[in-house]
Amino acid sequence: MKDVRVLTSPFNPGTLIGPFTNAHPGLGGVCTFVGEVRGEADVEQLELSHYEPLTLPSMEELAEQAITRFDLMGMLMVHRVGAMRPGEPIVCVSAAAKHRRGAIDAVDFAMDHLKSAAWFWKREKRNGQWHWIEPRADDYADLARWSD
Amino acid sequence: MAVRIVFLGPLRDLTGEDSREVPAPLDWAGLLSAVAPQVAEQLNEQRVNVACAGKVLADKTTLNARDGDEVALLPPVSGG
Repeated sequence: MKDVRVLTSPFNPGTLIGPFTNAHPGLGGVCTFVGEVRGEADVEQLELSHYEPLTLPSMEELAEQAITRFDLMGMLMVHRVGAMRPGEPIVCVSAAAKHRRGAIDAVDFAMDHLKSAAWFWKREKRNGQWHWIEPRADDYADLARWSD
Repeated sequence: MAVRIVFLGPLRDLTGEDSREVPAPLDWAGLLSAVAPQVAEQLNEQRVNVACAGKVLADKTTLNARDGDEVALLPPVSGG
């Protein structure tokens, strides 16, 4: 199954992963990554904005690519938008497959694409001032690993 | 009817507005002259993408927005 969502309010990844796993009887492995707002001393708030007409369709397409490329049984891809505080989950990606390598690589692939090739913009508030976060060179290098 | 130009992420701060309506049709030259000079400067950079009617343009200079279309200006993204 493919379960792709953009959420505007806080979520608990644990409540999604159980049902996702149970939906794939006969699987060989599930790999899950959960990204949270890092607790840094001066970060008060983080805000993710997106462009709705593109966000969900591009995430659906990314999940579809991962399912085909890594021969998955299913993929769960959930991304928050809106204002968040340190410790809150931002993203959860889970892949179910017959074999472990496909599941692990699919999550790595999906995260690299969500980080620097999906339609999200991130900014953080430090000392009362908002700062836009641009992808780092490392993020682009991570993404380039998957191009053929 | 008109074309709505939508400013995303840091471009929104640069213009101080979320969106702006301009007369249709709108091509690349028209877009560059419809936005503030500092936004036009960003648009000329390769890392800024343009979407029209829900599709990201492979070549943004081919923009040809018609009545009712939404044109989104998409600066470099940062998710996850």
